[in-house]
Amino acid sequence: MSEIKRITAPLTKEALKELHSGDDVLITGVIYTARDAAHKRLCELLAEGKELPFPVKDSVIYYVGPTPAKEGQAIGSAGPTTSYRMDAYSPAMIEAGETGMIGKGKRSPEVIEAMKKNGAVYFGAIGGAGAYLSRCIKKAEVVCYEDLGAEALRRLEVVDFPAFVIIDSEGNNLYETGRKAYLDSAEDK
Amino acid sequence: MREIESIKVTETVRNLCIEANSFLPGDIKGRICDACENEPWPLAKSILGIIKENFEIAEEKHVPICQDTGMACVFIEMGQDVHVNGNLEDAINKGVRRGYTEGYLRKSVVRDPLDRVNTKDNTPAMIYYSIVPGETFKITVAPKGFGSENMSQLKMLKPSDGLEGVKDFVLRVIEDAGPNPCPPIVVGVGVGGTFDKAAFLAKKALMRNTDERNSNPFYADLETELLEKINKKGIGPQGVGGKTTALAVNIEYMPTHIAGLPVAVNINCHVTRHKSAEL
Repeated sequence: MSEIKRITAPLTKEALKELHSGDDVLITGVIYTARDAAHKRLCELLAEGKELPFPVKDSVIYYVGPTPAKEGQAIGSAGPTTSYRMDAYSPAMIEAGETGMIGKGKRSPEVIEAMKKNGAVYFGAIGGAGAYLSRCIKKAEVVCYEDLGAEALRRLEVVDFPAFVIIDSEGNNLYETGRKAYLDSAEDK
Repeated sequence: MREIESIKVTETVRNLCIEANSFLPGDIKGRICDACENEPWPLAKSILGIIKENFEIAEEKHVPICQDTGMACVFIEMGQDVHVNGNLEDAINKGVRRGYTEGYLRKSVVRDPLDRVNTKDNTPAMIYYSIVPGETFKITVAPKGFGSENMSQLKMLKPSDGLEGVKDFVLRVIEDAGPNPCPPIVVGVGVGGTFDKAAFLAKKALMRNTDERNSNPFYADLETELLEKINKKGIGPQGVGGKTTALAVNIEYMPTHIAGLPVAVNINCHVTRHKSAEL
Protein backbone atom coordinates (compact mmCIF):
# COMPACT_ATOMS: atom_id res chain seq x y z
CA MET A 1 0.00 0.00 0.00
CA SER A 2 1.13 3.53 -0.71
CA GLU A 3 2.14 5.94 2.01
CA ILE A 4 -0.74 7.93 3.50
CA LYS A 5 -1.05 11.45 2.08
CA ARG A 6 -2.41 14.23 4.29
CA ILE A 7 -4.49 16.72 2.36
CA THR A 8 -6.55 19.77 3.24
CA ALA A 9 -10.01 20.88 2.15
CA PRO A 10 -10.93 23.11 0.36
CA LEU A 11 -8.83 21.33 -2.25
CA THR A 12 -7.00 23.51 -4.77
CA LYS A 13 -6.45 22.46 -8.38
CA GLU A 14 -2.69 22.51 -7.77
CA ALA A 15 -2.97 20.17 -4.79
CA LEU A 16 -5.27 17.69 -6.50
CA LYS A 17 -2.76 17.19 -9.33
CA GLU A 18 -0.54 15.43 -6.79
CA LEU A 19 -3.23 12.85 -6.04
CA HIS A 20 -3.27 9.57 -7.89
CA SER A 21 -5.74 6.72 -8.12
CA GLY A 22 -5.01 4.26 -5.31
CA ASP A 23 -3.57 6.86 -2.91
CA ASP A 24 -4.54 6.52 0.73
CA VAL A 25 -5.45 9.97 2.08
CA LEU A 26 -6.42 11.68 5.32
CA ILE A 27 -8.54 14.78 4.75
CA THR A 28 -8.50 17.69 7.19
CA GLY A 29 -10.47 20.91 6.84
CA VAL A 30 -13.94 22.00 5.77
CA ILE A 31 -16.14 19.86 3.52
CA TYR A 32 -19.84 20.06 2.65
CA THR A 33 -22.50 17.36 2.54
CA ALA A 34 -25.09 16.89 -0.18
CA ARG A 35 -27.09 13.93 -1.44
CA ASP A 36 -29.72 13.49 -4.18
CA ALA A 37 -32.27 16.08 -3.05
CA ALA A 38 -29.72 18.82 -2.21
CA HIS A 39 -27.90 18.26 -5.52
CA LYS A 40 -31.18 18.68 -7.37
CA ARG A 41 -31.73 22.06 -5.74
CA LEU A 42 -28.12 23.18 -6.23
CA CYS A 43 -28.24 22.33 -9.93
CA GLU A 44 -31.53 24.18 -10.33
CA LEU A 45 -29.78 27.27 -8.93
CA LEU A 46 -26.85 26.79 -11.31
CA ALA A 47 -29.22 26.41 -14.27
CA GLU A 48 -30.87 29.71 -13.30
CA GLY A 49 -27.45 31.37 -13.07
CA LYS A 50 -27.85 31.99 -9.34
CA GLU A 51 -25.19 31.82 -6.63
CA LEU A 52 -24.90 28.63 -4.56
CA PRO A 53 -25.52 28.81 -0.78
CA PHE A 54 -21.96 27.66 0.02
CA PRO A 55 -18.48 28.46 -1.34
CA VAL A 56 -18.32 26.02 -4.26
CA LYS A 57 -14.86 26.99 -5.54
CA ASP A 58 -12.36 24.27 -4.58
CA SER A 59 -15.04 22.57 -2.47
CA VAL A 60 -15.10 18.93 -1.47
CA ILE A 61 -18.61 17.45 -1.30
CA TYR A 62 -19.30 14.40 0.86
CA TYR A 63 -22.28 12.28 -0.24
CA VAL A 64 -23.74 11.49 3.18
CA GLY A 65 -26.98 11.63 5.11
CA PRO A 66 -25.97 11.20 8.76
CA THR A 67 -28.05 9.81 11.59
CA PRO A 68 -29.12 12.39 14.21
CA ALA A 69 -26.42 13.29 16.75
CA LYS A 70 -26.88 12.09 20.31
CA GLU A 71 -26.05 14.48 23.13
CA GLY A 72 -22.30 15.14 23.19
CA GLN A 73 -21.79 14.03 19.59
CA ALA A 74 -20.92 16.40 16.71
CA ILE A 75 -22.79 14.13 14.31
CA GLY A 76 -24.33 10.67 14.23
CA SER A 77 -23.09 7.81 12.06
CA ALA A 78 -21.86 9.26 8.80
CA GLY A 79 -20.59 6.95 6.08
CA PRO A 80 -20.83 7.54 2.31
CA THR A 81 -23.86 6.88 0.14
CA THR A 82 -23.66 5.44 -3.40
CA SER A 83 -22.33 8.06 -5.79
CA TYR A 84 -23.91 7.13 -9.14
CA ARG A 85 -27.16 8.78 -8.05
CA MET A 86 -25.29 12.11 -8.15
CA ASP A 87 -23.91 11.46 -11.67
CA ALA A 88 -26.66 13.53 -13.26
CA TYR A 89 -25.59 16.55 -11.21
CA SER A 90 -21.82 16.23 -10.75
CA PRO A 91 -20.66 17.60 -14.15
CA ALA A 92 -22.47 20.90 -13.45
CA MET A 93 -21.06 21.01 -9.88
CA ILE A 94 -17.54 20.39 -11.19
CA GLU A 95 -17.98 23.11 -13.82
CA ALA A 96 -19.04 25.43 -10.99
CA GLY A 97 -15.80 24.82 -9.08
CA GLU A 98 -16.18 21.63 -7.01
CA THR A 99 -12.81 19.84 -6.91
CA GLY A 100 -13.50 16.79 -4.75
CA MET A 101 -16.29 14.28 -4.21
CA ILE A 102 -16.41 11.67 -1.45
CA GLY A 103 -18.71 8.70 -1.90
CA LYS A 104 -18.62 5.05 -2.86
CA GLY A 105 -19.24 3.11 -6.05
CA LYS A 106 -19.01 3.70 -9.77
CA ARG A 107 -19.17 7.02 -11.67
CA SER A 108 -20.44 7.68 -15.17
CA PRO A 109 -18.18 8.47 -18.16
CA GLU A 110 -19.68 11.99 -18.19
CA VAL A 111 -18.55 12.65 -14.61
CA ILE A 112 -15.06 11.31 -15.32
CA GLU A 113 -14.83 13.51 -18.44
CA ALA A 114 -15.81 16.58 -16.40
CA MET A 115 -13.19 15.64 -13.78
CA LYS A 116 -10.45 15.41 -16.42
CA LYS A 117 -11.51 18.58 -18.17
CA ASN A 118 -11.82 20.78 -15.08
CA GLY A 119 -9.56 19.06 -12.56
CA ALA A 120 -11.39 17.12 -9.86
CA VAL A 121 -10.84 13.99 -7.79
CA TYR A 122 -13.26 11.25 -6.68
CA PHE A 123 -12.53 9.81 -3.24
CA GLY A 124 -13.98 6.62 -1.82
CA ALA A 125 -14.77 6.33 1.88
CA ILE A 126 -15.62 2.98 3.42
CA GLY A 127 -19.32 2.31 2.90
CA GLY A 128 -21.06 0.96 5.97
CA ALA A 129 -18.40 2.26 8.35
CA GLY A 130 -20.57 5.13 9.58
CA ALA A 131 -19.73 4.75 13.27
CA TYR A 132 -15.98 4.69 12.54
CA LEU A 133 -16.01 7.66 10.15
CA SER A 134 -18.15 9.91 12.36
CA ARG A 135 -15.27 10.11 14.85
CA CYS A 136 -13.29 12.16 12.29
CA ILE A 137 -16.06 14.76 12.04
CA LYS A 138 -15.50 17.35 14.75
CA LYS A 139 -18.24 19.85 13.93
CA ALA A 140 -21.39 19.80 11.82
CA GLU A 141 -23.85 22.60 11.08
CA VAL A 142 -26.73 22.87 8.64
CA VAL A 143 -26.08 25.50 5.97
CA CYS A 144 -29.45 25.20 4.19
CA TYR A 145 -32.27 22.87 3.10
CA GLU A 146 -33.08 21.94 6.70
CA ASP A 147 -36.49 20.69 5.48
CA LEU A 148 -34.67 17.76 3.85
CA GLY A 149 -33.71 16.33 7.25
CA ALA A 150 -30.79 13.94 6.80
CA GLU A 151 -30.39 15.29 3.27
CA ALA A 152 -29.82 18.92 4.35
CA LEU A 153 -26.63 20.63 3.16
CA ARG A 154 -24.17 20.63 6.04
CA ARG A 155 -20.76 22.19 6.67
CA LEU A 156 -18.43 19.70 8.32
CA GLU A 157 -15.08 20.23 9.99
CA VAL A 158 -13.08 17.04 9.59
CA VAL A 159 -9.73 15.93 10.96
CA ASP A 160 -7.82 13.05 9.35
CA PHE A 161 -10.89 11.72 7.56
CA PRO A 162 -9.73 8.48 5.86
CA ALA A 163 -10.43 7.90 2.17
CA PHE A 164 -8.71 6.65 -0.96
CA VAL A 165 -8.44 8.19 -4.37
CA ILE A 166 -10.70 6.08 -6.58
CA ILE A 167 -10.55 8.24 -9.73
CA ASP A 168 -7.86 10.90 -10.18
CA SER A 169 -7.92 13.98 -12.41
CA GLU A 170 -6.40 11.98 -15.27
CA GLY A 171 -9.27 9.46 -15.15
CA ASN A 172 -7.33 6.52 -13.67
CA ASN A 173 -9.80 4.29 -11.84
CA LEU A 174 -8.94 2.13 -8.81
CA TYR A 175 -12.07 0.00 -9.32
CA GLU A 176 -10.54 -1.20 -12.60
CA THR A 177 -6.83 -1.26 -11.76
CA GLY A 178 -7.20 -2.61 -8.20
CA ARG A 179 -9.36 -5.52 -9.27
CA LYS A 180 -7.06 -6.36 -12.18
CA ALA A 181 -3.93 -6.18 -10.01
CA TYR A 182 -5.51 -8.49 -7.44
CA LEU A 183 -6.66 -11.01 -10.09
CA ASP A 184 -3.20 -10.96 -11.72
CA SER A 185 -1.57 -11.64 -8.35
CA ALA A 186 -4.06 -14.44 -7.59
CA GLU A 187 -3.24 -16.04 -10.94
CA ASP A 188 0.51 -15.95 -10.21
CA LYS A 189 0.06 -18.13 -7.16
CA MET B 1 -57.21 -18.19 22.02
CA ARG B 2 -54.14 -16.36 23.28
CA GLU B 3 -54.49 -12.59 23.64
CA ILE B 4 -51.67 -10.07 23.12
CA GLU B 5 -51.97 -6.35 23.83
CA SER B 6 -50.92 -4.15 20.91
CA ILE B 7 -48.77 -2.00 23.24
CA LYS B 8 -46.52 -5.05 23.71
CA VAL B 9 -46.07 -5.22 19.93
CA THR B 10 -45.20 -1.51 19.79
CA GLU B 11 -42.63 -1.76 22.58
CA THR B 12 -41.01 -4.83 21.05
CA VAL B 13 -40.77 -3.31 17.58
CA ARG B 14 -39.30 -0.13 19.07
CA ASN B 15 -36.57 -2.03 20.88
CA LEU B 16 -35.80 -4.28 17.92
CA CYS B 17 -35.35 -1.26 15.60
CA ILE B 18 -32.78 0.26 17.95
CA GLU B 19 -30.94 -2.97 18.76
CA ALA B 20 -30.79 -4.24 15.16
CA ASN B 21 -29.11 -1.00 14.10
CA SER B 22 -26.32 -1.17 16.70
CA PHE B 23 -25.65 -4.87 17.15
CA LEU B 24 -24.60 -6.96 14.17
CA PRO B 25 -25.69 -10.64 14.28
CA GLY B 26 -23.00 -13.03 15.55
CA ASP B 27 -22.74 -15.03 12.30
CA ILE B 28 -22.05 -11.88 10.25
CA LYS B 29 -19.43 -10.68 12.75
CA GLY B 30 -17.76 -14.08 12.60
CA ARG B 31 -17.68 -14.04 8.80
CA ILE B 32 -16.18 -10.54 8.67
CA CYS B 33 -13.46 -11.57 11.16
CA ASP B 34 -12.69 -14.77 9.20
CA ALA B 35 -12.58 -12.85 5.92
CA CYS B 36 -10.20 -10.30 7.45
CA GLU B 37 -7.89 -13.06 8.58
CA ASN B 38 -7.91 -14.85 5.22
CA GLU B 39 -7.74 -11.85 2.89
CA PRO B 40 -4.39 -11.82 1.07
CA TRP B 41 -4.70 -8.42 -0.65
CA PRO B 42 -3.28 -5.68 1.64
CA LEU B 43 -5.73 -2.83 0.88
CA ALA B 44 -8.66 -5.28 1.11
CA LYS B 45 -7.41 -6.56 4.44
CA SER B 46 -7.07 -3.08 5.88
CA ILE B 47 -10.63 -2.23 4.76
CA LEU B 48 -11.98 -5.39 6.42
CA GLY B 49 -10.10 -4.39 9.58
CA ILE B 50 -11.88 -1.01 9.58
CA ILE B 51 -15.25 -2.69 8.95
CA LYS B 52 -14.59 -4.88 11.99
CA GLU B 53 -13.55 -1.89 14.11
CA ASN B 54 -16.72 -0.10 12.94
CA PHE B 55 -19.13 -2.74 14.25
CA GLU B 56 -17.17 -2.90 17.50
CA ILE B 57 -17.53 0.88 17.98
CA ALA B 58 -21.27 0.69 17.20
CA GLU B 59 -21.74 -2.09 19.72
CA GLU B 60 -19.75 -0.39 22.45
CA LYS B 61 -21.18 3.12 22.02
CA HIS B 62 -24.73 2.02 21.08
CA VAL B 63 -24.65 4.02 17.85
CA PRO B 64 -25.84 2.92 14.39
CA ILE B 65 -23.38 0.68 12.53
CA CYS B 66 -24.29 2.49 9.30
CA GLN B 67 -25.94 5.87 8.72
CA ASP B 68 -28.45 4.20 6.40
CA THR B 69 -30.59 2.76 9.16
CA GLY B 70 -32.86 1.51 6.41
CA MET B 71 -36.50 0.97 5.75
CA ALA B 72 -37.88 -1.05 8.63
CA CYS B 73 -38.79 -4.45 7.20
CA VAL B 74 -40.95 -6.17 9.83
CA PHE B 75 -41.72 -9.88 9.61
CA ILE B 76 -44.62 -11.08 11.73
CA GLU B 77 -45.07 -14.78 12.33
CA MET B 78 -48.43 -15.09 14.00
CA GLY B 79 -50.08 -18.21 15.35
CA GLN B 80 -53.66 -18.65 14.13
CA ASP B 81 -54.79 -19.02 17.75
CA VAL B 82 -53.50 -15.56 18.70
CA HIS B 83 -55.62 -12.44 18.91
CA VAL B 84 -54.03 -8.99 19.08
CA ASN B 85 -56.11 -6.45 20.97
CA GLY B 86 -56.04 -3.21 19.00
CA ASN B 87 -54.85 -2.40 15.49
CA LEU B 88 -51.80 -4.56 14.71
CA GLU B 89 -50.55 -2.52 11.76
CA ASP B 90 -50.81 0.73 13.70
CA ALA B 91 -49.02 -0.90 16.62
CA ILE B 92 -46.10 -1.93 14.38
CA ASN B 93 -45.81 1.52 12.79
CA LYS B 94 -45.97 3.17 16.21
CA GLY B 95 -43.05 0.95 17.26
CA VAL B 96 -41.04 1.98 14.19
CA ARG B 97 -41.84 5.66 14.82
CA ARG B 98 -40.70 5.42 18.45
CA GLY B 99 -37.64 3.32 17.64
CA TYR B 100 -36.36 5.63 14.91
CA THR B 101 -37.10 8.81 16.88
CA GLU B 102 -36.04 7.77 20.38
CA GLY B 103 -33.11 5.74 19.03
CA TYR B 104 -31.57 8.60 17.00
CA LEU B 105 -31.92 6.61 13.77
CA ARG B 106 -32.13 8.19 10.33
CA LYS B 107 -35.53 8.84 8.82
CA SER B 108 -35.16 7.59 5.28
CA VAL B 109 -38.72 7.13 4.02
CA VAL B 110 -40.60 9.37 1.56
CA ARG B 111 -44.41 9.28 1.45
CA ASP B 112 -44.64 9.00 -2.34
CA PRO B 113 -41.93 7.71 -4.69
CA LEU B 114 -42.45 10.65 -7.04
CA ASP B 115 -43.23 13.66 -4.84
CA ARG B 116 -40.52 12.49 -2.38
CA VAL B 117 -41.58 14.23 0.84
CA ASN B 118 -39.93 12.65 3.89
CA THR B 119 -42.40 11.20 6.43
CA LYS B 120 -39.90 12.26 9.15
CA ASP B 121 -40.46 9.20 11.36
CA ASN B 122 -39.37 6.36 9.02
CA THR B 123 -42.90 5.01 8.73
CA PRO B 124 -44.55 3.16 7.16
CA ALA B 125 -42.80 -0.12 7.88
CA MET B 126 -42.66 -2.77 5.17
CA ILE B 127 -44.68 -5.53 6.86
CA TYR B 128 -44.70 -9.21 5.92
CA TYR B 129 -47.24 -11.42 7.71
CA SER B 130 -47.25 -15.17 7.89
CA ILE B 131 -49.95 -17.14 9.68
CA VAL B 132 -48.75 -20.34 11.33
CA PRO B 133 -50.46 -22.98 13.50
CA GLY B 134 -50.55 -22.52 17.27
CA GLU B 135 -50.05 -19.58 19.63
CA THR B 136 -46.64 -18.20 18.71
CA PHE B 137 -46.05 -14.54 17.96
CA LYS B 138 -42.63 -13.75 16.55
CA ILE B 139 -41.42 -10.35 15.35
CA THR B 140 -38.29 -9.84 13.24
CA VAL B 141 -37.09 -6.35 12.38
CA ALA B 142 -34.63 -6.12 9.49
CA PRO B 143 -33.53 -2.56 8.67
CA LYS B 144 -32.81 -2.61 4.93
CA GLY B 145 -30.30 -0.16 3.50
CA PHE B 146 -30.87 0.96 -0.06
CA GLY B 147 -27.30 1.07 -1.34
CA SER B 148 -27.56 -2.69 -1.62
CA GLU B 149 -31.33 -2.82 -2.25
CA ASN B 150 -30.82 -0.71 -5.38
CA MET B 151 -28.39 -3.30 -6.79
CA SER B 152 -30.94 -6.12 -6.51
CA GLN B 153 -32.57 -7.61 -9.62
CA LEU B 154 -35.27 -10.05 -10.70
CA LYS B 155 -35.58 -12.00 -13.94
CA MET B 156 -38.21 -14.32 -15.34
CA LEU B 157 -36.02 -17.03 -16.89
CA LYS B 158 -37.30 -19.77 -19.21
CA PRO B 159 -37.44 -23.36 -17.96
CA SER B 160 -34.87 -24.23 -20.66
CA ASP B 161 -32.40 -21.78 -19.06
CA GLY B 162 -32.22 -24.24 -16.16
CA LEU B 163 -29.57 -24.35 -13.48
CA GLU B 164 -26.92 -22.69 -15.67
CA GLY B 165 -29.31 -19.81 -16.36
CA VAL B 166 -29.85 -19.30 -12.63
CA LYS B 167 -26.10 -19.29 -11.91
CA ASP B 168 -25.35 -16.93 -14.81
CA PHE B 169 -28.04 -14.49 -13.67
CA VAL B 170 -26.82 -14.41 -10.05
CA LEU B 171 -23.23 -13.82 -11.19
CA ARG B 172 -24.38 -11.12 -13.64
CA VAL B 173 -26.19 -9.25 -10.86
CA ILE B 174 -23.04 -9.30 -8.69
CA GLU B 175 -20.94 -8.10 -11.65
CA ASP B 176 -23.38 -5.26 -12.41
CA ALA B 177 -23.37 -4.23 -8.74
CA GLY B 178 -19.55 -4.09 -8.53
CA PRO B 179 -18.44 -1.68 -5.78
CA ASN B 180 -21.88 -0.03 -5.35
CA PRO B 181 -23.57 -2.17 -2.65
CA CYS B 182 -20.63 -1.87 -0.17
CA PRO B 183 -19.00 -5.29 -0.55
CA PRO B 184 -18.40 -7.66 1.14
CA ILE B 185 -22.06 -8.48 0.56
CA VAL B 186 -24.55 -11.12 1.59
CA VAL B 187 -26.54 -12.50 -1.35
CA GLY B 188 -30.16 -13.63 -0.98
CA VAL B 189 -31.53 -15.65 -3.89
CA GLY B 190 -35.17 -16.62 -4.45
CA VAL B 191 -35.98 -19.23 -7.09
CA GLY B 192 -39.49 -20.20 -8.17
CA GLY B 193 -42.99 -19.10 -7.17
CA THR B 194 -44.41 -16.09 -9.02
CA PHE B 195 -42.80 -12.73 -9.90
CA ASP B 196 -43.51 -11.31 -6.42
CA LYS B 197 -42.92 -14.52 -4.46
CA ALA B 198 -39.42 -14.90 -5.94
CA ALA B 199 -38.54 -11.42 -4.65
CA PHE B 200 -39.98 -12.25 -1.23
CA LEU B 201 -37.97 -15.50 -1.09
CA ALA B 202 -34.78 -13.57 -1.87
CA LYS B 203 -35.49 -11.18 0.99
CA LYS B 204 -36.40 -14.05 3.31
CA ALA B 205 -33.13 -15.77 2.40
CA LEU B 206 -31.27 -12.77 3.85
CA MET B 207 -32.92 -13.41 7.24
CA ARG B 208 -31.43 -16.89 7.55
CA ASN B 209 -28.34 -17.38 9.71
CA THR B 210 -25.46 -17.48 7.23
CA ASP B 211 -23.85 -20.38 9.12
CA GLU B 212 -26.82 -22.58 8.18
CA ARG B 213 -27.00 -23.98 4.66
CA ASN B 214 -30.26 -24.78 2.85
CA SER B 215 -31.75 -28.01 4.24
CA ASN B 216 -32.00 -29.39 0.68
CA PRO B 217 -28.48 -30.67 -0.19
CA PHE B 218 -28.85 -29.62 -3.84
CA TYR B 219 -29.48 -25.99 -2.89
CA ALA B 220 -26.88 -26.15 -0.12
CA ASP B 221 -24.26 -27.16 -2.72
CA LEU B 222 -25.47 -24.40 -5.04
CA GLU B 223 -25.00 -21.84 -2.23
CA THR B 224 -21.43 -23.01 -1.72
CA GLU B 225 -20.66 -23.06 -5.44
CA LEU B 226 -22.05 -19.56 -6.05
CA LEU B 227 -20.14 -18.13 -3.08
CA GLU B 228 -16.88 -19.54 -4.47
CA LYS B 229 -17.61 -18.20 -7.96
CA ILE B 230 -18.51 -14.74 -6.64
CA ASN B 231 -15.32 -14.59 -4.61
CA LYS B 232 -13.24 -15.49 -7.66
CA LYS B 233 -14.44 -12.30 -9.34
CA GLY B 234 -11.88 -10.18 -7.51
CA ILE B 235 -14.23 -7.24 -6.88
CA GLY B 236 -13.13 -7.26 -3.24
CA PRO B 237 -14.13 -5.20 -0.19
CA GLN B 238 -15.53 -1.84 -1.39
CA GLY B 239 -14.63 -2.85 -4.94
CA VAL B 240 -10.92 -2.05 -4.70
CA GLY B 241 -9.88 -5.63 -5.52
CA GLY B 242 -9.48 -8.64 -3.26
CA LYS B 243 -10.65 -12.11 -2.34
CA THR B 244 -13.64 -11.09 -0.23
CA THR B 245 -16.58 -9.97 -2.38
CA ALA B 246 -19.35 -11.91 -0.60
CA LEU B 247 -19.65 -13.27 2.93
CA ALA B 248 -22.44 -15.75 2.14
CA VAL B 249 -25.06 -16.84 -0.40
CA ASN B 250 -28.45 -17.98 0.95
CA ILE B 251 -31.00 -19.50 -1.43
CA GLU B 252 -34.71 -20.17 -0.88
CA TYR B 253 -36.89 -21.97 -3.42
CA MET B 254 -40.51 -22.93 -3.94
CA PRO B 255 -42.72 -24.59 -6.59
CA THR B 256 -43.41 -22.62 -9.75
CA HIS B 257 -45.42 -22.73 -13.01
CA ILE B 258 -44.62 -25.17 -15.88
CA ALA B 259 -43.79 -22.15 -18.08
CA GLY B 260 -41.58 -20.24 -15.65
CA LEU B 261 -38.30 -19.99 -13.76
CA PRO B 262 -38.37 -16.76 -11.74
CA VAL B 263 -35.07 -15.78 -10.08
CA ALA B 264 -34.60 -12.85 -7.72
CA VAL B 265 -31.34 -11.65 -6.21
CA ASN B 266 -31.59 -9.41 -3.15
CA ILE B 267 -28.28 -7.97 -2.00
CA ASN B 268 -27.32 -6.94 1.51
CA CYS B 269 -24.10 -5.14 2.42
CA HIS B 270 -21.81 -6.30 5.21
CA VAL B 271 -24.17 -4.50 7.60
CA THR B 272 -26.71 -7.33 7.37
CA ARG B 273 -29.09 -6.56 10.20
CA HIS B 274 -31.99 -8.46 11.67
CA LYS B 275 -33.21 -9.08 15.19
CA SER B 276 -36.11 -11.19 16.42
CA ALA B 277 -38.19 -11.51 19.58
CA GLU B 278 -41.04 -13.77 20.61
CA LEU B 279 -43.96 -12.50 22.63
